[in-house]
Amino acid sequence: MANELIDFTLVSIALLGIGIYGLAVKRNFIRMLFAIEIIINAANLNLVAFGRFLPHSGGQTLALFSIAIAAAEVAVGLSLIIVAYRMYQNIDIEDFRSLKG
Amino acid sequence: MADIAFLALSVITIGSAIAALEMRSLIYGSIALMGSLGGIAGFFLLLDAPFVALFQLAVYVGSIAVLILFTVMLVKRELIFKKIEDQRRKYAGIGLMLVLMVSLGAIFIDSGIKTITTDEPPVDFRDIGIDFVTYYWPALILMGLILAGTVTGALVLARRVDVEVGQRTD
Repeated sequence: MANELIDFTLVSIALLGIGIYGLAVKRNFIRMLFAIEIIINAANLNLVAFGRFLPHSGGQTLALFSIAIAAAEVAVGLSLIIVAYRMYQNIDIEDFRSLKG
Repeated sequence: MADIAFLALSVITIGSAIAALEMRSLIYGSIALMGSLGGIAGFFLLLDAPFVALFQLAVYVGSIAVLILFTVMLVKRELIFKKIEDQRRKYAGIGLMLVLMVSLGAIFIDSGIKTITTDEPPVDFRDIGIDFVTYYWPALILMGLILAGTVTGALVLARRVDVEVGQRTD
């Protein structure tokens, strides 16, 4: 195999950094969901890469679990976006401060 | 050393991840996110995990990205194209990203991870199936229940209670 483990890990770190940047900077609810997706994918990439190089089937199994749970998380997140948009007519999270309590 | 396919995939994945967050229109952003998720599927193929790659394509590119596109379409037109952020926070975010990348990258490059290489054959996808039905079977059932619960919860959350059948005007 030409590619080494460190290459995949570095790509995963770059994706994690981009995701953290998106979470810290963006105030658009949908963009924050994009950032969360990117972070989850970085984690999945790491799982599969380490599973390949050990080698062990657990990495791929856990990645499949993670993908399925991420799908559920996106469904709930999008429905929350729709509810909040219906209440506030906006997707700026600064407007959602009164959601507490 | 990395080969050409790896380099191309990293450029596609990281470039579309940045584009997904920075593009002005949310619709183009979600299409760029699709590209990034597809790039991750390509990485899975490079890692000899075709089953996970196809699962990623089916679940992420096929369903999640389309779900996001439909949600974007439900939002008002001017909100799709409006960028909501302030400049100072943006520079702080870029600084945070660079610090995180450099420090984590330095830690990983300095660790013993560089010496890990393998000549062993890749994991057979039959092993994953055996894993699912033997060691991980309680987790599999729990995952199915969680998926059913969250999707039902999402449906209940997004339901409109103020509109009854026959009253819909818009």
